[in-house]
Amino acid sequence: MWKFPDRALQVLFVGLALVIGVPTAMAQKTGIGREVTPAEIKAWDISVRPDGKGLPPGKGSVKEGEELFIAQCAACHGDFGEGRDRWPALAGGHGSLKHDRPDKTVGSFWPAASTLFDYIKRAMPFGNAQSLSNDEIYALTAYLLHINEIIKSPDFELDNKNFTTIKMPNADAFYDDDREATEKHFWNRKPCMKDCRKAPANVLNRAQALDVTPTDKTGPKVD
Amino acid sequence: MTDQSKTDDDAGVAAGRRRFLGGALAGGLSLAAGGAAAQDKGAEPVLKSNPRNLPPNVPRWSKVLGDGVAAHPYGTPSKFEKHVVRRDVEWLTASRESSVNFTPLHELDGIITPNGLCFERHHGGATEINPIDHRLMIHGLVDKPLLFTMDDIKRFPRVNRIHFLECAANSGMEWRGAQLNGCQFTHGMVHNVMYTGVLLRDILNEAGLKPNAKWIQMEGADSAGMNRSLPLAKALEDAIVAFKMNGEALRTEQGYPLRIVIPGWEGNLWVKWLRRIEVGDQPWLAREETAKYTDLMTDGRSRRYTFFMDAKSVVTNPAPEAPLKYKGRNVLSGLAWSGRGKVTRVDVTLDGGRNWQEARIDGLVLEKSLTRFYVDFDWQGQELMIQSRAHDTTGYVQPTKEELRKVRGVNSIYHNNGIQTWLVRANGETENVEIS
Repeated sequence: MWKFPDRALQVLFVGLALVIGVPTAMAQKTGIGREVTPAEIKAWDISVRPDGKGLPPGKGSVKEGEELFIAQCAACHGDFGEGRDRWPALAGGHGSLKHDRPDKTVGSFWPAASTLFDYIKRAMPFGNAQSLSNDEIYALTAYLLHINEIIKSPDFELDNKNFTTIKMPNADAFYDDDREATEKHFWNRKPCMKDCRKAPANVLNRAQALDVTPTDKTGPKVD
Repeated sequence: MTDQSKTDDDAGVAAGRRRFLGGALAGGLSLAAGGAAAQDKGAEPVLKSNPRNLPPNVPRWSKVLGDGVAAHPYGTPSKFEKHVVRRDVEWLTASRESSVNFTPLHELDGIITPNGLCFERHHGGATEINPIDHRLMIHGLVDKPLLFTMDDIKRFPRVNRIHFLECAANSGMEWRGAQLNGCQFTHGMVHNVMYTGVLLRDILNEAGLKPNAKWIQMEGADSAGMNRSLPLAKALEDAIVAFKMNGEALRTEQGYPLRIVIPGWEGNLWVKWLRRIEVGDQPWLAREETAKYTDLMTDGRSRRYTFFMDAKSVVTNPAPEAPLKYKGRNVLSGLAWSGRGKVTRVDVTLDGGRNWQEARIDGLVLEKSLTRFYVDFDWQGQELMIQSRAHDTTGYVQPTKEELRKVRGVNSIYHNNGIQTWLVRANGETENVEIS
């Protein structure tokens, strides 16, 4: 992969350019754009990281979160986060990840509590994004962690100080892409081109047997 | 103009759908009962022929004037091509604002996808942004945080690059077996476009990277605030901040006025309506890189940061929407691509894997781009089991679906690059199947 030259090298390039007048587009500053102010950054930077970076000051309790959830979220996600229609379930599914039909929810799957705060703040409620106050987002996060039995006490109040003490049950079950090792056998092989099988192939399964392909006008309701 | 001549001209699109092997087929094959119903999914409509348009007659369109130059200030396809559209699968998602539709691959040729047919994937609808008020903010671990207007961005040195964008969930419905009976639905979450833009490297250099910078986060200005983390090395290698596609401004649904292009890596990273890039020393673990776009394995653990789109191919003709119509000479056509480099070779079998032949690649063969292949073959009405297998410059050979399932099980949703099988029946009807 292309590596960015280290700082010393950049300085050297600029220095050379100044001395001998060689254009080095790489390290030269163009002066394009304007410096952005701390206030502008603060207003737009809504990201929250697992280490707590980005968490705004604020607090909210499980109980406050429950009321908000019923009012703002339950229409799609269900009163207990069970999910309505095809909207995502937010709770349940504990221990189901090895099952034939795993149920991936906040509690059973998500590795970081910060993801809840970050996502609610930027994208929820669906169709009315960035409308909730920070305290409301703390409360909703607390409620969602409570219905997933990660926060046990209904009296718990979540804030920017205690946030990073929350540990998610599935946090350690993620590992970096290992395809180049575990799928090494897909590389450098010379597949057979002639008389590769004796018996003719049989059809094992057919899309038409399911017939869930949508037509121009309608899509069948399944699931 | 008489009424009669008008009807001559408007031979038109018949209300009915294609009947397989309609009058065109030489040699006594008849339509299989019930077969046509399955084709109501994007097949081209039956055009009614009018003998008055055929030799020795001179058709009306050879006698009268057509539209003047101002009739269509922005051109659209011929009215006879109305069936060539993006389609969605309504039951797949809860709402159309957070949903996906599919590129009609079986109707296209060459390697470039027309802008209006590039599949869409939105998480909060296709937002409309006035470019005069659009800003890109660069901040975090930089020497000087910067704010750019669209005009500012266009003052950096420009590049033109052709790359495929494939959704990581393309073919994701097919893990457990053949499910959707159409090439558009099994493989249509891919498109290939020439982007004009500037290198993200140049923009980051303008801000100046701190020594501990390792990751960036990209964020969209839509109401999903789509955010993804990207290793800095990739950002500096070949990421493009793009404002044009196929020569014209990005389409609204493709992120107008600004999107990021991450060549060869999963489409979800290609943040549209790009408004903010933060430089950091670790990933952010956003929803789209934890709850989604991670690959659940059979042991209950999940792969993360599975960015590369591995080599893949699909025969686009014949396909369920594009059955064989003629005995004798036919053109098999398809697409191959790899997120790790160039396509070096495509093998095609017509007999379910007993014998394979190298397909003829035609047109541009580019890094991380769709590549077009053909097999010109004779068909005598025998049953065919068609598959294609892509090879790339890293030596990767496209696996079968069964080989993938052996490693990953059936619940990983994403990155299904397994070999596709089309079964062509004696009447030309073509179906998505899996074979032994």
